[in-house]
Amino acid sequence: MSLIATLARLEAVSTGRAQPAATVRHRHLSARPLVFVPLTTAGEAGAPLGALVGTDRDAPKLLAVPQPRDRDLRFAFLSELADVVLPYVDGFADAVEAAERAETDPETGKRIKVEVELCADAPQLIVPSRAGIDLVRLLGRSMRFRRTAEQDPEAPFPAPPRVPLLGRWLTHFGERARVPGSSLLLATTDVLSRHWATGQSTLEDQHLGALLAWIDPPEGRLGAEAAQEAELARDADGQLLCPPAGPATDPAFDNKLLAPAIERYDRARTALAAAEDGLEADDRLGALTAAEREIRALVESRTRPTWDAVWRGLDLLRELPEGARVEERWTRDRWSFTSHRDRVLAGEPPQPRRDDAVTAANKLAVREREQARLEAQEALDDPLVMAGRRLAGEAFAGEVVDVVMAYSDSKRPSPRPLVTVRTDDGPHLGERARVYRSLGGKPQAAEFVGREDGPGGDGGETLLVLRILDKMGRGKEPEAGSVPEKGDRVCFTLFEHEPRGGAKLPDPEETPWTHGGPPGEEAVPEAADPVTEEDLL
Amino acid sequence: MPAKALDARALAALAANPGCRRRAILDGAGVNKAALASALGAPSVFGQSQFAFVRGNAFEAKVKADGGTELLRLAHEKLDRAAEPPAGAHVPDLTAQGPEGRTARTELALREATEAATAAPGAWTLLDHPMLALDVAGSPAFLEPDAVVVHPDGSWTVVEIKSFPMLDGAADPAKVGAAARQAAVYVLALERVAARLEPSPRVRHRILLVCPKDFSNLPTASAVDVRKQRAVTARQLDRLTRIEEIADTLPEGTCFSPELPAERLAAAVESVPATYAPECLSACELAFHCRDRSRAAGAVTRLGRPVRAELGALTTVEEVLAAARGEAGDPDDPTVAALRRAAALRAEALADAPVPVAAREVAPCR
Repeated sequence: MSLIATLARLEAVSTGRAQPAATVRHRHLSARPLVFVPLTTAGEAGAPLGALVGTDRDAPKLLAVPQPRDRDLRFAFLSELADVVLPYVDGFADAVEAAERAETDPETGKRIKVEVELCADAPQLIVPSRAGIDLVRLLGRSMRFRRTAEQDPEAPFPAPPRVPLLGRWLTHFGERARVPGSSLLLATTDVLSRHWATGQSTLEDQHLGALLAWIDPPEGRLGAEAAQEAELARDADGQLLCPPAGPATDPAFDNKLLAPAIERYDRARTALAAAEDGLEADDRLGALTAAEREIRALVESRTRPTWDAVWRGLDLLRELPEGARVEERWTRDRWSFTSHRDRVLAGEPPQPRRDDAVTAANKLAVREREQARLEAQEALDDPLVMAGRRLAGEAFAGEVVDVVMAYSDSKRPSPRPLVTVRTDDGPHLGERARVYRSLGGKPQAAEFVGREDGPGGDGGETLLVLRILDKMGRGKEPEAGSVPEKGDRVCFTLFEHEPRGGAKLPDPEETPWTHGGPPGEEAVPEAADPVTEEDLL
Repeated sequence: MPAKALDARALAALAANPGCRRRAILDGAGVNKAALASALGAPSVFGQSQFAFVRGNAFEAKVKADGGTELLRLAHEKLDRAAEPPAGAHVPDLTAQGPEGRTARTELALREATEAATAAPGAWTLLDHPMLALDVAGSPAFLEPDAVVVHPDGSWTVVEIKSFPMLDGAADPAKVGAAARQAAVYVLALERVAARLEPSPRVRHRILLVCPKDFSNLPTASAVDVRKQRAVTARQLDRLTRIEEIADTLPEGTCFSPELPAERLAAAVESVPATYAPECLSACELAFHCRDRSRAAGAVTRLGRPVRAELGALTTVEEVLAAARGEAGDPDDPTVAALRRAAALRAEALADAPVPVAAREVAPCR
């Protein structure tokens, strides 16, 4: 945490309200996100208990598994989930725009531009917390290798038709969420705590209710007080007033309410199976339905507060104007969505359990590059983030006090003006270090020439002399507006604005022996997980 | 109120915050911290769902079913491929009266199994829920590992059975870490037993972690190296002997009984300094009480240990803010200078914001 962020937290402590940690919104928010608030059963590897899901904040779809240990009921849950998620995802697949992509021509080996489709918009999945993102990955992993009766008539316990496809999409969302700055799958707590500094620790910020209480406390209350109430307050039955955002449930809820309800459901089901005639069966079916309804009500009572909290969080985030470079990052998300759509349409197999060496290296390279890009872009979009970089000596801002025209020594002299900037910042500039400023959204490079201590002596103002290197046009005289003028406020960064990635990695067929060599000749489709009597998902 | 015996989980948690005198003395004295926290009006939130409990027990029973055949097969495969594969497991009966009796019985069984292994090579022994004693700050703590395996070469391995899944060969690192810290305590306790034997057998530092495979209920296992956790816990336990010293500093007649009126109890608890950090919330029953106290005192540590480290000698919120505003503090102190710089930059950035962010905030409430 930078000192500026720490200071913001301390101010939040003293004022009793969260303080801004950003002045613009650094993540894209879709106009129509799909919110997913899942619950799981304690002790089972992510066996779903229920969920609220949908795009309409007033009408979420409630899904519940009355007996989480029952495979058929779990499949029914996943199938219903697919009925909500897949139409939503498909809704973005058809509206496309033409785009260009550089590809290597297989015959000539040259880089050429290819006309391709790019989806005009992409789906966005919002979960309450980081644990929700892990569950999305887990659900994806559990479903994508399943076989439906159509794919494999011999398979025991075939999965409902669209479940494997849902698994592939959830896997894609989960995988994309690991790319810094991506917005296909977001956790509300992460996005909120990126934009506000609360008066509690980052660990406590994981609690959605407490986080919201700091950012937007109820009328006339202090954030600290409201946050503690959200964390701990219980009703007369010992149930939390603000249930955890999940997917894990509160043990008190499990033991006092859920377990007895599931037991009643089990009894009703056994009784129904033992019914001897139609009349008796009708009665017992009624009891079973009542028991099921009770569990659904319980699930709804624990997910609805979180559902509302997620939407409230989205409202708060929408109040912030979107950062200038957020759209560009969202375009990358759209590329990611489009390419996965194409892989699904092309009938490619599901994502493997383990990536091969080249894919894994590529993913890491992408994440590193995106991390650098995100850091640069956030700073350029947001003066508050830039302030942190300035404090760290990675950028400086100041007033231009002098501009001296100079030219390069080459045959055709180009302009290389010397600009003197007066700044209070203390950038760590090495000899001839490159610095960059944003000129109409494009980076302009300059070279550090020298420094003079200002009249204030040490610690105070410094005069930095920079030589502008590019973006001044082809002529002998620099283009108008391309060189800062005396009196201008300028901000230079020591980091690049558009960080480049490392060298290109080889194709999978060219994997060097040091990394296991090329993958096997023909790609063997991965087998489904062996099915046992007691499977959990 | 009966003393609450220390278990492996508590010992491992102690190692996580060694500087906390409050936890050290309360644990050392066997005080039931959950009851204490409730009496102080800041009840802890730890609890286990019965679903998790049932599932954990069912899985453990499945792993140990059939005389531990599957468990020993996993131990052979993951830890000791060079040894003779286990043909049949020897599972001694460890029932006895009371924890002391069970400890003695376990020690005897361990000795016999080790001797049997040297006498007749190829024999594997499985100790199901043995009882081990570990001397913690002068009083014995009784520990019950899930199982201990005696290899054909006479060495011992701790087995930890957990019900979180190992998905494609990898499990949740946080949970594996917790299991490793717990197992390290068992390794320490076993080493004490081994030291009493002649020749003293080797206690392996790679423990066997058994988990369900993927989404099934089938067991799979992985060897986990716990040398680091063992070293940390051993060092902490040695430091715990200072409990008597802490106790000496307490006023005469200090008592932590939950039956006392809340104020007297709070005063008693207050007489021992605590080292609260947000990590305590997931490890200590008293954390909410300490957090309230830390808030009341305006300590900056409640925002996290790194924050404290960043702010040097300034330890309270008001001190830091006053220094940042230029009202207090020595401007030559680098921390104070950095704070003022940070405050100025932050104010400038908020004023520059595309929309006035600060304007939406209401005036400070106090």
